[in-house]
Parts: sequence; C-alpha cells; structure tokens
Amino acid sequence: MWMRTCRSWLSASLLACLVGVSLVFSANGQLRIEIRRGVERPVPMAIVPFAWEGSGTEAPFDVSGLVSADLGQSGRFAPMDERDMVSRPSLPTEVRFPDWQIVDVDYLVIGRIIEDAADRYTVVFQLFDVLGGEQIVGYRLTATTTELRAASHRVADMIFEELTGIRGVFGTQIAYVSEQQEGDERRFRLIVSDADGENAQVVANSPEPLMSPAWSPDGRRLAYVSFEGSQSSIYIQTLRTGTRDRVSARAGINGAPVFSPDGRRLALTLSQDQGNIDIYMLDLATQVLTRLTQHRAIDTEATWSSDGESILFTSDRAGGPQVYRVPARVGARAQRVTFEGDYNARPRISPEGDRLAVVHRVQGNYRIALVDPDTGLTQVLSTGQLDESPSFAPNGALIIYAAQENGRGVLASVSTDGRIHQQIASVAGQVREPVWSPFPRI
Amino acid sequence: MTRSLMMAFLLGIALAGCGGDDATLPDAASTSGPGSTADGGGPGATTTGTGAAGGLEVFREVPGQGDGPLSTLVIYFDFDRTEIRSDFNSMLAAHGEYLASNGNALVRLEGHADERGSREYNIGLGEQRAQAVRRVLLLQGASTEQLGTVSYGEERPAVTGGDDEAYLLNRRVELVYR
Repeated sequence: MWMRTCRSWLSASLLACLVGVSLVFSANGQLRIEIRRGVERPVPMAIVPFAWEGSGTEAPFDVSGLVSADLGQSGRFAPMDERDMVSRPSLPTEVRFPDWQIVDVDYLVIGRIIEDAADRYTVVFQLFDVLGGEQIVGYRLTATTTELRAASHRVADMIFEELTGIRGVFGTQIAYVSEQQEGDERRFRLIVSDADGENAQVVANSPEPLMSPAWSPDGRRLAYVSFEGSQSSIYIQTLRTGTRDRVSARAGINGAPVFSPDGRRLALTLSQDQGNIDIYMLDLATQVLTRLTQHRAIDTEATWSSDGESILFTSDRAGGPQVYRVPARVGARAQRVTFEGDYNARPRISPEGDRLAVVHRVQGNYRIALVDPDTGLTQVLSTGQLDESPSFAPNGALIIYAAQENGRGVLASVSTDGRIHQQIASVAGQVREPVWSPFPRI
Repeated sequence: MTRSLMMAFLLGIALAGCGGDDATLPDAASTSGPGSTADGGGPGATTTGTGAAGGLEVFREVPGQGDGPLSTLVIYFDFDRTEIRSDFNSMLAAHGEYLASNGNALVRLEGHADERGSREYNIGLGEQRAQAVRRVLLLQGASTEQLGTVSYGEERPAVTGGDDEAYLLNRRVELVYR
C-alpha cells in the first residue's frame, strides 16, 4: 500500500520530490479558490495549529493553516475555526477526546514543526478518529524553509487519502494561460502554479497569443503553442531550466500538442501547405513525422489513450465536431466515439482510461461532459454557457476547466461525481486553458 | 495601428505614382481617365488610365482606401461555416484582380472564429476560412507567393462581448497587405 511504503521513503525522498518549478518571474496575478457547491455534509474535523519547537516565536511557515485550507477547499471537509477549539494539543498525551466529541468533530489532526538545524525542519503530525478515540495514522517528514509549503500540501494529501481512499492532489500543479491588457498592449502569459493557485510562476510571456499547454508525463516539461512572429509554432520548454526547443514551425497550423504516455512522441495538428487540417505524430528523438489522419474536414485536439496505442481527436467530418478514435499508426481507420448531441470536442481521457471529458453543446450552452466511450452515455457536469478545456486531475476525481463569468475568463473545477463545484478566480486579467500536472514523481 | 501605418505606406506609393515617372513604378498608374474621381470606380478600377487627356486629378484605388470594393479588408462568415458568403464575391474579385495586376503586392489572410466552442477547433475554423479566401483569390489570378495564411482562432477577437453582434464581427478573415 502506498501509505505504508510512504513512511519509509518519505523523509529520504521528500527533498527530491518537493523540488518545484524554478522561479523565472513572479506572476502578478494569483488565483483565489471559492467553493460554489460542496458535498451536502462536509466531514467536520479539527486541525489544531501545529506547535513550534525551534528558535524564535513562530515557525517559518503556517503548515497547519495550509493543511486546513487545502482540506476545506476540497469541499469534502469542514475544518473548525481554531478560535472555537477548547484545547490545543500537540502531543498524543495531551489529547482529551471528550473536548472534541462535544464539538461534534469526526477527526482531529495535531502536529509539531521541529527545527533540526539551520533551514532544516521535521514536521510530525497525527490523525485521530475522535469517536473511536484512537490514532488512525501518524507521519514525520522533513523539509527546508522553501519546501514547507509543499510539505504542507503533502500532509493534506496524506490525510485526504486516509479519509477518502482517493489520492490527494494538493501537492500537484496546474498550468494555464492568462491574458491581460497592459497599456495599449495585450500580454499573454503561460503560468504554472500550485493546485491551490499559489506560488504562480510565469513560464512564457508574449504580446502574441499563447495556447494549448500540455504537460510531459514526468511533469518536467510543457509543450505549448506560441504565435510569436505572427506565425503559430510549437515549443517544448523544460520548467526547471527555462530552456525551450521549437519542435514545429511548419506552414499553416502548428497546434494542439500532447505528449504520448511514454513522453517520446508528440501528437499535434498541422495544416501544412495544402491546408488540410490533420493529426500527426512527431517522434521527439528522431523528428520523424507520421500522418495519422487524412481528411478534408478539421481533425484536431488529439489526446492519447493511456496505453499510447490510439489517439482520440475532434473532427467535423460528419458535419459538426465529434470525437473519433484512430490507432496511432499509418493508414488506420478512424471510428466515431461520440453520438449524443451535435457538438462534442476537445476530448481528454480519464487517468483510469474509462471515461472522456469533452466540451459538449446543450441548448446553445457549451459545457463539460463525461462520456462513457463504450456506451456513449453522456453526463453533463458543468453549468456555464462557455465552458471549455477540461483537464482531469491525476487522481481522476476532479476536472479543472475554463469558464466565463461576467465576460471574464475564470477557471473552475468540478468533481467527476458532479457534487463539488469550485470557482478559481484570477485576481487580475483573464485566465483559461488550465491543465492539471501529473502526480509529483516519487 | 500597424495596419494604418501600412495603409499610409501604400497610399504613399500610390501618391508617388501620381506625380512621378510611372515607368519606375510599374504598379502605379499615372494617367487619368475622364471622370476619375476620388471615390474610385468598380471592381476594374484598381488602376485607372485610359490615356485620355484632361488634367483631372489622378486617383488610384488601393486596398483599404476609399469606398470601392477594394476598400473592404474583412470578410465575415456565418456561425460554424467556412464558405464565402455571396455578398463578398465582388469584394474578393476586386482584391484578386488587384493582386493579379500588382505582382509585388503581398497579403496575409488572418482567419478568426468567435469565442464559442473549443479553442483548437476554432483555430481549425479560422484556418479553413483563410483557406477559402485564398482559393478565391487564386482563382481571380493572384499567385500562391502573394498569399500567406494564419489562423488565430478565437485568440484575437476584433470586438469583445458575448452577444450575436460581437460573434458576427469576430467570425472573419482579415486581408492584411504588407
């Protein structure tokens, strides 16, 4: 089990897996998450402020505050206000369960931040079942000052998984595009932030449009489309170093890049000289280009099946846009996948591979829907008018997407069971095209 | 802003043609026909010059100027459609003839879509619209070397707003002379 092995590798590997994206610029626009609709009765819990055992009066980072914010923003938990706490235990021996039973919390989290050496901390926490009066789990992890934010997300992830059975995504990242008017110029930025919108870093910055970011499976690189030079090109940029390669700048469209599950190939859309808009596959090591579709219609927005054997894409070969599937080899025939409604586009496959998220038009509204590719059954998840760009969280439990509110581009997320809706508003500018990162590598 | 600069430049070429030695400017007409006026003529009025005397002011229509068919630089499209509407036939014919008779003229066809639906599919729609305009201009005698295309999809709307009027103005191909 993941949780059991967690204990042994955690301290040793935390350093490695907490290394994030390098700081290039600090983004001036942050995101703010707000729950629009949560589960009917979020689970009440208490996260006691972690005790500080070190020099000075307080810890360099509010670990328990971020753990509480993460769990609260998930919509599944209701952490109690710390002002309502009758006692503030930090050691198991200090916990008096009746204190917590009387305020009706189901779970209790206590912890400590210990300064081991200069810029070296150990975070210890324990999760208790209040009713049963017993510890569920306890963990210890180490971090430097700059890693304490990521360590806090990791604590929240472990608690979330223990209580829901679903791997947490608080420690993951999102990439998105922002657009802002600055004087008489528009500024397009490609931004990577933590999943909670904090810690935003500008990856690319241009007066011309940036589009279609896509993560490499190892989470180290982003592919995207840039119109710099008034021509579309596809770039792959390594996040840690900022170095980037232009991998496609052919005549016409260079669009919709997506990495294959093994990270060695890129599916992309090209129109080339003839103007036929088709899906191609580019081998990143050899630069060999393979054409996967050949049709007068628009074929675009490819996504890979989880085994890398086939590609799903949008095509309007039957009139309106619908999703098709084609084996990832030359000369294979494409088969139609979606049939419900007259507009199904931009497919993304769930991490389990069993469902598709698409942009689905219903009564003139563009909404995010889940499609079962075997039965064609379509379930509309979002409620907006211009929702687009769905992207699964790596745990498959959430979908982040772009929406509009009062004519402004915002991000939103919905749980795949449709119960929890969140709005993620940008403080400045318009935001769109969110893509959820893979899990951090272990 | 860049476009108005470009138009000023084109107009400058035309004006230079008016007063100077027309042999050095093959694409500029310097003689006037009777009745040439500042508002230009029909589709055939891209250059004037019947050789008739008269001392009238010389006018040569250039893309984006005046109110003839060449003055229009934007073609609009129906929702989710990429076919050229018939009301743009004469305008595109004028541009095709202009390009055919001005071999040095270059034009970039910038295709756009309204904001509805997915973004890369809209890039596809914009590209097909630009390609549709390209085909018409080629039929009218323009050469492939004169025509470039790019699709911005919904990334560069002409107007902001979420109503049908805004959508209509954003579903377009812009002819950008260089």
